[in-house]
Amino acid sequence: MIEEVGTSPEGDLIINVGPQHPSTHGVLHLVITLNGETVKNCEPHLGYIHRSIEKMCESLSYRQFIYVTSRMDYLSSHINNQGCSLTVEKALQIEVPERGKVIRVLMAELTRMASHLLWWGALGMDVGAFTPFFHAFREREVINDIMEETCGARLTMNYIVPGGVMYDIHPNFQQKVKDFITLFKSKIDEYDTLVTGNIIFQQRMKGVGYISGEDALSYGCTGPVLRASGVKCDIRKIAPYDGYEKVQFEEIIETGCDSYARYLVRMKELKQSLSIIEQLLDNIPEGEFQAKTKAVLKLPKGEFYSRVETARGEFGVYIISEGGLTPYRIKFRSPGFSNLSALHHMTKGSKLGDLVATMGTLDLVIPDIDR
Amino acid sequence: MFLVDYIKTVYNGVTSLLKGMRMTGYYFTHHKEIITQQYPDVKQVLPERFRGEVVMTHDEKNEHRCTGCTACELACPNATIKIVTKFDITPDGKKKKALDTFVYHLELCTMCNLCIVACPTDAIKMAQSFEHSVYDRSLLTKVLNKPGSKLMEGVE
Repeated sequence: MIEEVGTSPEGDLIINVGPQHPSTHGVLHLVITLNGETVKNCEPHLGYIHRSIEKMCESLSYRQFIYVTSRMDYLSSHINNQGCSLTVEKALQIEVPERGKVIRVLMAELTRMASHLLWWGALGMDVGAFTPFFHAFREREVINDIMEETCGARLTMNYIVPGGVMYDIHPNFQQKVKDFITLFKSKIDEYDTLVTGNIIFQQRMKGVGYISGEDALSYGCTGPVLRASGVKCDIRKIAPYDGYEKVQFEEIIETGCDSYARYLVRMKELKQSLSIIEQLLDNIPEGEFQAKTKAVLKLPKGEFYSRVETARGEFGVYIISEGGLTPYRIKFRSPGFSNLSALHHMTKGSKLGDLVATMGTLDLVIPDIDR
Repeated sequence: MFLVDYIKTVYNGVTSLLKGMRMTGYYFTHHKEIITQQYPDVKQVLPERFRGEVVMTHDEKNEHRCTGCTACELACPNATIKIVTKFDITPDGKKKKALDTFVYHLELCTMCNLCIVACPTDAIKMAQSFEHSVYDRSLLTKVLNKPGSKLMEGVE
């Protein structure tokens, strides 16, 4: 392991990027070996935001541990909560009412859109464009307001609980989401005009950060990173949960394998999420939003696993229960960790500036990598 | 062939830049599209479900609805709530458990709403206040039941 700044025995320059660097999206620390401006090796160092969430969950009950998972991948906190709730429901064989399921899917897709919007703005910053950030945050703010009204919080909602959702949707929810859809449809073309079609942006993205489908699979990449390499991996299609089998949407596959392909996958996913929301918004079934559960949840002895598709990829929750009030062991499979591990493969031999652009298209959230 | 490609690239580059600049110019001249909020001067009305801090509701007779059952204390994941109970003597001479002090540590609270859901008598709720910064950390430890308050009649 390379520890210090200086020169390697071969005469290459070793520098640290991060942990406090604006382009690393949080406290990511990369030790980079440079030959001139060419990256020879790039080694991520983790542990700067480790909070031992998995260990912490062992002392929390099955209702309490869900709120902590909002703090992992904070941009798709709803979907993390959904994954945990699904595992608990699977173990206790709770059937979630249809209304609860639809509200969950609506919230998950709104979260995915908010996450992709933030990624789009931050990617613009990474490649040197400042304006996209404001455009993306303008629309994201509307989603945050919708979340605030129904869930009570903007980022760490803790809205999805075992058995359904915590509250029914706010009376204004449907109208506000409809307003958002009209607003977003008028704005999404602006994104393409401003960034996608831009020649400088395309030159920075095309042919950069190449990873083939087989390599991406062997590194364990999931989500848009793997789909941009031409591999089908959407959990919403492979193993549908919470009624995703009933909605019509396409799984976006690109075969470019580079940063531009990853960019296109996410931009097209925004439109797919919008179409899922449109399908469900007027068809929220009447009835209960939460199944009747016991006040104290006790999982039977055994091992339980379930997985969901977050904005970054596959998120898995693995619970080992000894039959008590708290889990014996919890393991989270976070998408960011595997996606980051492919970074050195993607950037070997590229320029330092391309490393930042590649990192931007991986959509890293550091608290998710470093639980 | 190379020359044609080169000219095409230059043409596409210039048009794409002009398209982007046109968009920027549009926002430069259309001030209605600006959505900045003048926060400290103009305060936004927050939705009623917004989780700012836990408060206990009191009516005009200074009565609250908390029976001291500690359901919220058990539901809290990070020991934010501490309930001290006492024994009241009812008129017919029986001992009855009642709330003495409801200690709430705002500095530990993550606004997960589990205590509000757990409360069987709707004694506590979330308030919309969010400007919590103080100079001394001890000011964030609050006692939620007002001095001299007692349990509302009919709440079990």
